[in-house]
Amino acid sequence: MLNILLCGVGGQGTVLASKILAGSAIMQGQDAHTAETIGMAQRGGSVTSHVRLGDGVCSPLIPLGQADLIIAFEPAEAVRNLPYLKEGGTVVVSNTAVKPVTDALSASDYSGEEMLAYLRGEAIRLIEVDGEGLIRTCGSAKVLNMALLGAAAASGEMNITPEDLCSIIRTTLPEKFHEMNLKAVELGAQSVH
Amino acid sequence: MKKQLIMGNEAIGLGAICAGVQVVTGYPGTPSTEVLESVAKHNPGDIYVEWSVNEKTALEVAAGAAYAGARVMVTMKQVGLNVASDPLMSLSYVGIKGGMVILVADDPGPISSQTEQDTRTFGAYSKLPVFDPASPEEAFAMIGDAFELSEAYGTPVILRPTTRVCHAYASIAVPERKEVRAPEGFVKDSKWVIFPRLSFAAHKRIEERNRELRHTLSDSVYNTYTPGDGRKAIACGGVSYAYVKEALHILDVHVPIMKVGIPHPFPEDTALAMLADVDEVLVCEELDGVIEKELFALLGQKQLCRVIHGKTDGTTPSAGENTVNGLMSIIAGYLGVSSPAMPARKAPPALPVRPPVLCAGCPHRASFYAVKQAMKGRKAVFAGDIGCYTLGNAMPLDMTDSCLCMGAGITIAQGISRVQPDTVCFSFTGDSTFYHTGLPNLANAVYNNADMVAVILDNSTTAMTGHQPNPNTGNNVMGEVAAKIDIEGALRGIGITDIAVVDPLDQDAAMEAVRQAADHKGVSAIIFRAPCIALFKPAKLCAVDTDKCIGCRKCLRELGCPGLVKDGKKVRIDTSLCYGCGLCIGVCPVGAIGYEG
Repeated sequence: MLNILLCGVGGQGTVLASKILAGSAIMQGQDAHTAETIGMAQRGGSVTSHVRLGDGVCSPLIPLGQADLIIAFEPAEAVRNLPYLKEGGTVVVSNTAVKPVTDALSASDYSGEEMLAYLRGEAIRLIEVDGEGLIRTCGSAKVLNMALLGAAAASGEMNITPEDLCSIIRTTLPEKFHEMNLKAVELGAQSVH
Repeated sequence: MKKQLIMGNEAIGLGAICAGVQVVTGYPGTPSTEVLESVAKHNPGDIYVEWSVNEKTALEVAAGAAYAGARVMVTMKQVGLNVASDPLMSLSYVGIKGGMVILVADDPGPISSQTEQDTRTFGAYSKLPVFDPASPEEAFAMIGDAFELSEAYGTPVILRPTTRVCHAYASIAVPERKEVRAPEGFVKDSKWVIFPRLSFAAHKRIEERNRELRHTLSDSVYNTYTPGDGRKAIACGGVSYAYVKEALHILDVHVPIMKVGIPHPFPEDTALAMLADVDEVLVCEELDGVIEKELFALLGQKQLCRVIHGKTDGTTPSAGENTVNGLMSIIAGYLGVSSPAMPARKAPPALPVRPPVLCAGCPHRASFYAVKQAMKGRKAVFAGDIGCYTLGNAMPLDMTDSCLCMGAGITIAQGISRVQPDTVCFSFTGDSTFYHTGLPNLANAVYNNADMVAVILDNSTTAMTGHQPNPNTGNNVMGEVAAKIDIEGALRGIGITDIAVVDPLDQDAAMEAVRQAADHKGVSAIIFRAPCIALFKPAKLCAVDTDKCIGCRKCLRELGCPGLVKDGKKVRIDTSLCYGCGLCIGVCPVGAIGYEG
């Protein structure tokens, strides 16, 4: 059984990423279970997708301390969901903060730096993806999910390689989006040292 | 058959198609909405599907079709069943001919609902059988059997998944559809007319049937008892069964388990088989203690002495949803074993809170802002309703003083105005809510000489539940062009003469309309008409001229728009979120915000 938790802010593309992971597992003949935030909580709120691949899955949600991998689209969301990570698990995180609307009303100024500093101090395998730089290079915020999946695939923590991701992109997305998404997978994979 | 990744709700829809459903009606509501949508999406062409104006209407249309012998399904969320309870209670007595499954989704948490009511309890109250799936796979299997049970006993049957089953995805292989038989048609008979004498006879018959079903359903594949080690058992149902299984796997213990997949009528013999083996039972279920109370009653009836742990003795939580971890620690305590340790980590820094907010560019923000500005310095109450616009309660708008249930904004405003005549009482109602229950409530206000302002927020869709068509959209879920029932015409029809139709993004006109309506004696109406942002692509975006911006942050303080973000001392526009509504342009005191280019 492989447990992957994707987390971010509503609208960042966590759902599509979870579908790709589950779809490729089913193509490999495995069973897949996913569960995600739907409804009112989506609007600018914290969202999660729980992806559970392989045999022996009962609960639709991953229990705390049982995720092999967290793919976080935002630093604070990685920290918020860290209790799901197993001992010595891996976190792939975009280092670009998404400010909450409440931040605009408060005196505080959330930048994500304190979250990244916290993650760096924990006994986990941390893979940071330069979200801002990547969006600039690829010209769209929509490819962040592919870059994070590219990094997760390159980490070797999943049964999916960056090449598998590229072939999924070629077979499922319209051709005009290929170049941008393939580039994102490549850049994401380069985040793994 | 190839397996596909399917959402629980879609599995139920596909299962209904496989079972030969012929008519499907419902009203949208999280977490139930996708069931009807998936029937519409996968419709082989011969299934009639409708979004009804409310749940009562949906159940009655389906009942008529079932009288005529069709297999029917009705879909709604748990609070929708309150609206449909009038036909439900009588239909339980009258019965049906074609199989009827009432899909009612419960929402432990609650995650996106007003209440934590338990449809299993409603099933017992209405005396109807209730199926309670533990997973999307089981929900898919159950629907066909629910139709069979319905037709075997001529009774509606409730299928009651909860949010975690509705919205979980699983890999499921979908078989071919069974051959659909043509409905026999409506056969005239006095049994379709509910009268006191008929109800008395039906009541007796139903109680006898349910007593029989307590034994028959003990043999169902959904009600099982699995013996195990020791004299302590766990009884559970719904998604809690999945949580219990996973917790027991992590704890590596094998205790006797009773799984209740059909909680009403309660599988008495299954429970007795468990009780014969054990001294204590821990009941794990969400919402009401349905299984727990059935066990207490059975112990009393059979004069058995066993200890039952659950909600009554405070072992399990009385509110909210269960989790694997929550149940694991309760089970570990019950069995006297230890839970595995969690990874030791430092305390995290304070996390930013992300409450749900109205989208950038949402026309509701402009409507609320116009009313707020126009009523500055005047005594006013703002009665809200169910929909995206409930989010108007958030700071800094703070424009929702009450929210009760569908359509109640209008009647609450009417009630407050009777007690507080010096206050301008506003109601806010979305277009779908207007047709759901808003219309009769407005007729009530007009008839009873109320003094209030009814604001209709017309964004031309049912936004909160995912943009379903409604009587205001000019199309229906079958993809047909449908009658567009004009809101203004409906308001005139019930006798409202003071009606303004305004684009809320034209703030001057909007505020003027609010002032005039507030000064009008009687029921006046304002239709704020601007489309939901999901219905169009923005033509132009806003931009801040940083040379002109003085950093006063009035735009941030007043509007709470996610598209406006702090940038050092000044403000910038997040172009990935901006929809170019331009509300901030008018709010800026120094004219620093304009359109791009």
